[in-house]
Amino acid sequence: MDTLKQIRFIWKPVVFALCLLPAALVVTDAFDITGSLGANPVEEIQDRLGNWGLRFIMIALAVTPLRRITGWNSLLRFRRMLGLFAFFYVLLHFLAWLILDQGLLWSAVLEDIAERPFITLGFAALLILTAMAGTSTNGMRRRMGRRWQQLHYGAYVAGILGVWHFWWQVKKDIQDPLIYAIVLGVLLGYRVWARLTKRRKA
Amino acid sequence: MLIGKPADIRPSEITSRGNYLNRREFIAAGVAAGGIALSAPALGAVVPRGGFAKLPDVRESAFSTDEAPTSYDDVTTYNNYWEFGTKKQDPALYSTDFEPHPWRITVDGHAEKTGSFHFDDFIKPFDLEERIYRMRCVEAWSMVIPWVGISLADIVKHHKPTSKARYVAFETLHDPTRMPGQRRRVLDWPYREGLTIEEATNPLAILAVGLYGEALPNPNGAPIRLVVPWKYGFKGIKGIVRISFVEEQPPSSWNIAQPHEYGFYANVNPDVSHPRWSQARERRIGSGRFANKQPTLMFNGYGEQVAHLYKGLDLRKNY
Repeated sequence: MDTLKQIRFIWKPVVFALCLLPAALVVTDAFDITGSLGANPVEEIQDRLGNWGLRFIMIALAVTPLRRITGWNSLLRFRRMLGLFAFFYVLLHFLAWLILDQGLLWSAVLEDIAERPFITLGFAALLILTAMAGTSTNGMRRRMGRRWQQLHYGAYVAGILGVWHFWWQVKKDIQDPLIYAIVLGVLLGYRVWARLTKRRKA
Repeated sequence: MLIGKPADIRPSEITSRGNYLNRREFIAAGVAAGGIALSAPALGAVVPRGGFAKLPDVRESAFSTDEAPTSYDDVTTYNNYWEFGTKKQDPALYSTDFEPHPWRITVDGHAEKTGSFHFDDFIKPFDLEERIYRMRCVEAWSMVIPWVGISLADIVKHHKPTSKARYVAFETLHDPTRMPGQRRRVLDWPYREGLTIEEATNPLAILAVGLYGEALPNPNGAPIRLVVPWKYGFKGIKGIVRISFVEEQPPSSWNIAQPHEYGFYANVNPDVSHPRWSQARERRIGSGRFANKQPTLMFNGYGEQVAHLYKGLDLRKNY
């Protein structure tokens, strides 16, 4: 098998299955098979899905720096799938909040999105990821041309909004959001650095 | 009396051997101390539910709700007690080695009967009552908890505050060697809380020394903590080592940390949102994955007993 086929028929399915694991664990924990969701399962479900949404944004943003550093260009072939998993977890996080936490009480939902800044931020990040996921096919990429790349720089914005959303959500102990902020800072900082050094060489 | 007795005892409800032995040592120490052992309420027969001493002679109270109590597991594993870590499961995980006895409580300030009291002596003069109270956390979740406690009004009167005592201030133990959460400065330690003297002498206010008929478990604030059920849970200061009768409004930890989010009064109020979330509804712990939130009641449903304390006070400003 050549490399392309190996990626397509072995590595992609393996990565896909791994990416689904956190969601599967939420389901099996909910039925007390693998573990438990604790005293407040609704909160636990939202927290886990939100955390994985953020992690997958970071993982997708790590593809380009890792590719440049390792020279392993095949990594690029996983970027779309990882980005779509970020959208998948953020969407599930939103749906868990909408259905399990808010119980589809629309007045409360709209009030929260409009009046609670941290929820506004999270919702904005979801909209950006939705637009990116909706235009993620090869066909859309061809049709949109340069505008596609511009839209997909939205990943940086979604990452910033996501960390900010988490930061404002926690009560006082900012240790966890701080870790995400540092990771995001490194990932975005690498791009700034790469651009600056490129310009200097040119 | 027996309350909410489960059909069987789950492994998680049985305390570790170390903890059990420590309890036995405490009891043995009490027995060795002679007179105290005979009269102190904390020294009943050991019934291993949480593995703690069963509290004897606990009276029922008309203030108890008949709502179903939250399970022992949930009450003791989902806690905000940052002295043992900032995550809800941390107090249960990191307070297992905490030995609350011996324990001393200092009473000072504008009162006639001040001093440093051994825990047993401090609670000895008072009757134990079971108070099954709703507990509403500022984070929009709630529980129903069968506390065993002492009327705070009785304790206040016993110590004979003077006319200068307009507030009662409370302080938690500050000992980072025993409370690992205090090694990080996530709050300005020690944890401090306060009540007006009128609030402190309201019949609903208690100092709890027990839960589910047994001595108070560590994650819930052993050996003694405040319970004021019409206020948000963070007012219920745990592991109390100091009670001061003071003239000026005392500092309270969350108010110091984030004054725009947490006020001194912190009365449960569905009409005044926390800046970052609504307080109109609450999730009752144990109500199930697909249960909806329920409406939050003014003063957590205790308005009949406490609303008169706040007549003429703008509760939007004094949140």
